[in-house]
Amino acid sequence: MTLELKGVTRKFGSFTAVDDLSLEIPESQIFGFLGANGAGKTTTFRMILGLLQQTEGSIKWNGDSIHYNKSHLIGYLPEERGLYPKQKVETQLVYLGRLRGMDKSEALRQLDYWLERFKVPEYRGKKVEELSKGNQQKIQFISAVIHNPKLLILDEPFSGLDPVNVELLKQAVIDLKKQGTSIVFSSHRMEHVEELCEHLCIMHHGRPVVHGDLRQIKRDFGRKNVRVRADFDVSFIQDIPGVVRFRNLTEGCEVQVENESVSQRIFESIQDKGFVRTFDIEEPSLNDIFIEKVGASYE
Amino acid sequence: MIFLLRKWVLPMSKFWTILSYTYTSHLKSKSFIIITLISLLLIAGLTNFQRIVDLFDDGEEGSTEKIAVIDETNQIYSQLESSITNIDDGIEVTAFSGTEKEAKEAVRDHEFLGYAHVSLNDQDLPAASFYAMSVADTSHAVDALQQALSQVKTGIITQQAGIDQSTVQQIFAPVSIETESLKTEAKSAEEMNQARGLVYFMIFLIYFAVLLYGNMIASEVAVEKSSRVMEILVSSVSPVTQMFAKIIGIALLGLTQFGLIILVGYASLKANQNELVGGIFEYLGLGEAPVSTIVYAVVFFLLGYLLYAMLAAMLGSLVSRTEEVNQIITPMMFLIIAAFMIAMYGLNDPTASFVTVTSYIPFFTPIIMFVRVGMLNIPIWEVALSIGILILTIFIFANIAAKVYKGGVLMYGATTSLKDIRKALQLTKKD
Repeated sequence: MTLELKGVTRKFGSFTAVDDLSLEIPESQIFGFLGANGAGKTTTFRMILGLLQQTEGSIKWNGDSIHYNKSHLIGYLPEERGLYPKQKVETQLVYLGRLRGMDKSEALRQLDYWLERFKVPEYRGKKVEELSKGNQQKIQFISAVIHNPKLLILDEPFSGLDPVNVELLKQAVIDLKKQGTSIVFSSHRMEHVEELCEHLCIMHHGRPVVHGDLRQIKRDFGRKNVRVRADFDVSFIQDIPGVVRFRNLTEGCEVQVENESVSQRIFESIQDKGFVRTFDIEEPSLNDIFIEKVGASYE
Repeated sequence: MIFLLRKWVLPMSKFWTILSYTYTSHLKSKSFIIITLISLLLIAGLTNFQRIVDLFDDGEEGSTEKIAVIDETNQIYSQLESSITNIDDGIEVTAFSGTEKEAKEAVRDHEFLGYAHVSLNDQDLPAASFYAMSVADTSHAVDALQQALSQVKTGIITQQAGIDQSTVQQIFAPVSIETESLKTEAKSAEEMNQARGLVYFMIFLIYFAVLLYGNMIASEVAVEKSSRVMEILVSSVSPVTQMFAKIIGIALLGLTQFGLIILVGYASLKANQNELVGGIFEYLGLGEAPVSTIVYAVVFFLLGYLLYAMLAAMLGSLVSRTEEVNQIITPMMFLIIAAFMIAMYGLNDPTASFVTVTSYIPFFTPIIMFVRVGMLNIPIWEVALSIGILILTIFIFANIAAKVYKGGVLMYGATTSLKDIRKALQLTKKD
């Protein structure tokens, strides 16, 4: 079942929150949906969930528009905590599961499974407000996946978790993907996106500025990172045409170059100057691309 | 088939899920249990009031007040004794044979409340002096004494004048006046008094239901919004389904609470019926209230609750934090308080023209039209018209409230005002 957005635009009065967004997320794919705060991510999610109507364009899932009659197939993890603070874990997960069309016994069975899997069965009878932030996030994650959705929207799913628990949840996301779920994944942590997503889209002021296959995006970006460590002063490298950014390291420098031929030029300029310990050409990181395209750092 | 199942049966089952969740989560909440228990205790206390008062009275020296009488004339005492028991059986007179000094001692020893010294004046008519420790709490004993002596005096004078006893009785028999209203819509005074109790009771019921449960609904929505669980709820179930499931869930909760209170109150009244012969029951007119009044009571109660509950859900959906709930529902509270005030006035003067006019304003209809229906014989079309307007308003408001709710639950802002209704409506549109 493929999720398909075509020319989706949403205006609030004179303000355009999302502008002509088209994307396609097939089954068994984790799609990275990135953007700075206010780039239109939440608005897009709300349109996909049917909470807001798009001004223009169409949102189809498996060829149909999304209504409440499909809500049992959809899971949503909002960026901010969305649980009853004063309710017990079991009560509210069963309630939220039933609202996604499960019956009680099924919900209880799935609840057992997920609490075991996330190593927190002892929190079953506790109130959410009594749990730590990370454990609340686990409960939040369970609320999004308890009904085994076919379309899953994860908005910052790993926030507040320690590295061990991030791995635990990451594996769960990967398993859901393997079962055929289409997953929309939004995060400020670029290393998570690089690890999980093959396809992604970077939003800026409501427009998709980068869109496509992660490897292709990196290749199209053109720029590479060159790292040089040498026994002599390498600061002259920043004057070589085609060098975009220059950063001094203790024993050398790290520069960003416009394309591969510039790295060739750098290599030629240093080879007869003395002993070179390292000369390394790296693919740009997603973080580099993001900063370049959005013009500002995330955090 | 499967399509129909998805379209109708699933939403219905979600409706029931939300309804029962709303109902049970409140039913189990500490605040609900405590409030209900306190109300029940209060009701039990009120209905057993007489018994409780008696309980404390028994500890004192009985409820009769003893008065010593020193009769100088040796002929008045027997007449005085017989007439004073007719006037107030809470007063017991005793012929005191000792001296005045001894009588004073007896009063000081709390043997008597006071003593009366009865003599004949220069016209040979009875007169008395009354002595007590304090004059403040003896006024009704003095009144009774005075009345009794007056009767004795009347007896003496008429006897002297040769008028027989039956003539005397005729002279003193009260003139009866029957009151009947000439306006056709007015009920007779008797009917009105009967209706007043029930109407009074109903006004309070509607008033408290709206205050209590309106607040509960608005808070419930605000809690879900502020905890952001709302985002998950609205992505699972349509806001309209949620809103109505919540309203009806709280309504059932209210019925449970009121049901318990009425049950306990009724049982306790029944148990105390001897002490309350013709008491509260008669006052409320519950015994002989016309069926139509009861039916109207139910209809107006339900419609009134529905209208105000929707308003509360709508207002609750506008706030981002639970602390703002009270502020945003204040205008609604003013509406119901205004209705209450007008109704209180209407109880005394149900034909006043502004009572008539306000009874057609939908927010006031449930209370004020009920006052008119209960107190007056108004034509059926008037009632039908007001109910029609009310139902129409409910439909329009259901529509608006559902839209505002749908937009409102997605809105988060620093401060909230009624202007946000427009913003919320804007959100549900396409641009």
